[in-house]
Amino acid sequence: MKNVKKEAILPAALVLVLFVGLFVLERVVPASSILFVVLKKGAIYALVAASMNLLNGFTGLFSLGQAGFMLIGAYTYAIFTIPVEMKPVVYQYYDHAIGFTLPVPVAILLAGLAAAAFAALIGLPVLKLKSDYLAIATLGFAEIIRAVIQYEKLGPITNGSNMLKSYPKFNSVLFPFAVAGVCIAVILLLINSSYGRAFKAIRDDEIAAEAMGVNLFKHKEMAFTISSFFAGISGALLAMFQSTVQASAFKSSMTYEILLIVVIGGIGSISGSVIASFLFVACSEWWLRFLDTELYFGSFQIPFLRSGFRMVVFSVVIMIMVLFYRRGIMGDRELFQKRREKKKGEVQQ
Amino acid sequence: MLKIQNLHVSYGGIQAVRDVSFEVPEGKIVTLIGANGAGKSTTLRSIIGLVPAAGGSILYKGEELRGKTTAEIVAKGVTLVPEGRRVFPDLTVEENLRIGAYLRKDDLKSDLEWVYSLFPRLKERHWQAAGTLSGGEQQMLAVGRALMSRPKLVMMDEPSLGLAPIVVQQIFAIIRKINEEGVTVLLIEQNANMALHAADIGYVMETGSITRSGDGKTLLEDKSIQEAYLGK
Repeated sequence: MKNVKKEAILPAALVLVLFVGLFVLERVVPASSILFVVLKKGAIYALVAASMNLLNGFTGLFSLGQAGFMLIGAYTYAIFTIPVEMKPVVYQYYDHAIGFTLPVPVAILLAGLAAAAFAALIGLPVLKLKSDYLAIATLGFAEIIRAVIQYEKLGPITNGSNMLKSYPKFNSVLFPFAVAGVCIAVILLLINSSYGRAFKAIRDDEIAAEAMGVNLFKHKEMAFTISSFFAGISGALLAMFQSTVQASAFKSSMTYEILLIVVIGGIGSISGSVIASFLFVACSEWWLRFLDTELYFGSFQIPFLRSGFRMVVFSVVIMIMVLFYRRGIMGDRELFQKRREKKKGEVQQ
Repeated sequence: MLKIQNLHVSYGGIQAVRDVSFEVPEGKIVTLIGANGAGKSTTLRSIIGLVPAAGGSILYKGEELRGKTTAEIVAKGVTLVPEGRRVFPDLTVEENLRIGAYLRKDDLKSDLEWVYSLFPRLKERHWQAAGTLSGGEQQMLAVGRALMSRPKLVMMDEPSLGLAPIVVQQIFAIIRKINEEGVTVLLIEQNANMALHAADIGYVMETGSITRSGDGKTLLEDKSIQEAYLGK
């Protein structure tokens, strides 16, 4: 037990330093800085990437439903937190059906639960499928969710294809960090529990896991539901971050962004997902923005630089990753887990 | 301890096991020998509930196992060491062992020590990823993993498959040792010579049915078995 405590001190101290650092940063750097956009969105993506990694990296279920579950989370949060007096304005084309407002923490929790409940339901048929078929089915369900939410007859609840707005948001970068941090900590605890071991056993060898008495369906359903719960929470955070939410934005391309983060970070590494998420958001929102703007030296236009080129670069990056760095930044290791890995390395030599 | 009566199993459209009956008395080593495709593995897989039986009964201590889930059967003290070892390659040796005890919620420390005392090699490598072990070590791990559920009956599917002769001997020494500690063993083997030497009782399986039975020594001396399975 002593070793466990010792190993926990360093991460705990780092988390403390991180939060103090962020607190100071918010008082030094102007609030309009792009840095805060990156930090907020990075934290939100870190959570959804960790949730996707729980499924794809640790349980071996190749699911592409993340955007759909985020959408459920985002809408659940927005629908239940729009202040009553603002509802007629937001739902201008419909008679709003939900005439009450929930406190923010309750709504965030409800966002996760709604996504989890839906996942539990579609998991029943979908989780009987394997690999590519599972990916296609989950991708399909995510698209169905998007279509259903935009369905006109549901307008009084979802506002149809119009956006939802005027719900509570967060200002401080500390809020998404705290929520995402707690959720990721829970995911890590789960992975290191006996359930997490069963997930990994299923990933490594389904038949052997079953022969050991691990109930395959029960554990897959559990991983799928929990992963979707956290995707729902991150959807709520994303809604808060964006200050408006519209179903049409939660396309499959969003799932691919998250998949890209998981692959870059390392399939099977939560810390990899977190690191890659901040890197990815920083690149797409900030560092690589220049790729999308046309640039002239006198009358000479620098070739390739124009709107959309950023996406080309991303595509090339993912191809290079898949071809040459398949293990990503972290492989299947975690930060602060060096002792065991070092020994493993010694033997392999 | 285990009584199989008129077992029928269809598997992938073929009737792999036809009207098979045999008994595994408590405390014995029983072997089921036969050629590839005789239905031996399917028999074990249906006992542990991985493949549903189409007919007959599987009585374990007088209790019907047919229709029960694998988890329920493992919890009753029956376990399977699957063919081809099937250790979890990315998990450490110790994690593999802990998965073996997945259905138990009590303290595993004494059982880990017991398994490590049976397989000192595993203790040396407890932090190593199972995929980096040699074939023989992986087979030891597969056996150790099965023992972690504290089974009363261990079923082993071809434990000697693909192993060097010296390692095969080690594995059989371990099988005898486990048996001496009070665990009943049901062993499937293509290596009929080794299996019949180790076993108290042997059954010969051909194309889905049991054709011969007897104690290990009698079968070893039987002319037709010598010709068909022992290469004499």
